[in-house]
Amino acid sequence: MIRRWTTDLILVGPAALAVVLFIFLPVAVVFVLAFTDYQFGARSANWIGLENFGDLFGSRLGRNAIFNTLIYAAIVIPASVGLGLIVAIGLHDLTKRMPRFSQALKAIYFLPVAATLVAMAVSWQMLMHPSLGLLNHWAVSLGLQPQQWLSDRDLVLYSLAAIGIWQSVGYNMVLFLAGLTAIPHALYDASEVDGARGGWSRFWLVTWPMLGPTTLFVVIVTAANAFRVFETVATMTAGGPAFASDTIVYALYREGFVYFKAGYASAITVVFFLALLLLTAIQILLIERRVHYR
Amino acid sequence: MTGSLSLHNVSKRFGDLTAVDNVSLDINDGEFVALLGASGCGKSTTLRLFAGLETPTDGRVKLDKKDVTDESASARNIALMFQSYALYPHLSVAQNIAMPLILRRFNAVQRLPGAGFVSAKVRAEKANIREAVNRMADLLRLNELLNRKPGQLSGGQQQRVALARALVRDPSAFLLDEPLSNLDTQLRAETREEIKAIHKRTGYPFLLVTHDQSDALSMADRVAVMMEGRIVQSGTPTEIFNTPATQEVATFIGHHRMNILPPGAGTALHPDGANLALGIRPEEFSLTKRGGLQATVESVTFHGEETILRLRGPDDLSLRSALRGHVKVPEVGAKVRLTASNGSLHAFGADGVRQELAQ
Repeated sequence: MIRRWTTDLILVGPAALAVVLFIFLPVAVVFVLAFTDYQFGARSANWIGLENFGDLFGSRLGRNAIFNTLIYAAIVIPASVGLGLIVAIGLHDLTKRMPRFSQALKAIYFLPVAATLVAMAVSWQMLMHPSLGLLNHWAVSLGLQPQQWLSDRDLVLYSLAAIGIWQSVGYNMVLFLAGLTAIPHALYDASEVDGARGGWSRFWLVTWPMLGPTTLFVVIVTAANAFRVFETVATMTAGGPAFASDTIVYALYREGFVYFKAGYASAITVVFFLALLLLTAIQILLIERRVHYR
Repeated sequence: MTGSLSLHNVSKRFGDLTAVDNVSLDINDGEFVALLGASGCGKSTTLRLFAGLETPTDGRVKLDKKDVTDESASARNIALMFQSYALYPHLSVAQNIAMPLILRRFNAVQRLPGAGFVSAKVRAEKANIREAVNRMADLLRLNELLNRKPGQLSGGQQQRVALARALVRDPSAFLLDEPLSNLDTQLRAETREEIKAIHKRTGYPFLLVTHDQSDALSMADRVAVMMEGRIVQSGTPTEIFNTPATQEVATFIGHHRMNILPPGAGTALHPDGANLALGIRPEEFSLTKRGGLQATVESVTFHGEETILRLRGPDDLSLRSALRGHVKVPEVGAKVRLTASNGSLHAFGADGVRQELAQ
């Protein structure tokens, strides 16, 4: 009995210790720092209670970052989930008729997922360049006004959202494709025999409900990624112009690693962490009961 | 409304593979036809051709003498019960049964949730559908289960839901794809009776597709035996069993595989055995002292109501005999003599086609 117990401990111990030491402990430290005015390198810190949180929700800059992140997520989540589903259904049907072509398209859609986003951001910067960029070139040749994609305050967040969608559609498509393959074909036959004449009624009767678990997973993953948007902001706009593309994680980075306000950055981290946790919990509790048909 | 359903010289090829080869099959009004064959013989494809889930490469499909070859499955209004039942897992039993009616009677807008609050017509139709579902539930003893999801039901209950969903509308024909294969022995026997009773009551043309000959022989008015994409024999169950048209059908039908004595080996049983292959079902052999065919017992297996002997005959011929009732069972290694009445012998020519024996 004791020998088995020690074996278990030896097997579980190191990994558990590493998790506690390198994840739980720093998280706990962050939670404590969030209530202080600690700055990197300082020898002491003062307990200031909820002041950091007051700053985040009370200051114009803090609210701006939260608001921008919410807008970004509100665009990217539905668009990339929806487009991912449409592309997956199209490719799934195409596989039967043109398997090679469908394979090639799959690879193309997946490319942005495999590529490093920072490197891709450089290409996007070139594409969106006001005078040299291809986008404006095309806009002009179509008779449209050239745009300041990344330096127009009213436009920059939507440009970043477009890149965010471009980046996650491929990943969502792969997940949806796997979900589509798992749907028993007999259900489509049954729906046809039962009188579902068009693709539309077959979609609502079979495809959409059967994709329930996949959709839940895709939405959670996409949401987590959208709320964490950072690379494109950091490399392309640095939150500008005039904080028009400032997001929560970018603000966190700026406060913590540029201004060294570790206490304030920790408070942002805590809020962000709790919000994401809450969101995921709600999604799972609310939806999981309705997508796994037990 | 019931009618008749028929295939006229229908073939179906998938690339190089011919799944269904020039098949003609009629299911008349009120008739119960079984399509019997081993797995992979093309019987499921034939069923899908009837249902409209596949379009034939050649030939025509007719429903009530009307050509429906190019019509979709939903337009043909043929009910189909799937082997896997194919119930919609996210819908309750009641919603599953109602689905064929909902899809036929409502358009996409009327199917939206809340349409019943807006339109009195939708409300009235919904009440009709609920009534039809309840009627089906009464018929198939599903009343207690109407609010459950298919995942919470046993195999037998799911099967009854699938039956109810297929029967709830007034179909022009009813196709069953291996309806009993997922049920245990006792439930099978009950469900056979139930399906037969439903056929009698409704009078739809029924097509049962099965690999199980006892299902086919016990339920159908007519059995069509399918092999390698062709229908090799079609007749009443007794015809199929008593006068198999080819050697292949003869060895396929029967609980125990028929013994085949190649030309020359069967002379001890019948003089025509000199140039014809003779077939004898294992249960038709009797062990007598005067029997013409000599054999050695290789193994004895007790099965309850019968005992199966594996025998080695002349020329290393492997034979089987089934003994029933109170008979003395020989021991392994014993030499026995076998005989069979002329009436129980089947004869086949070199091409495998049945020939009548001189009595």
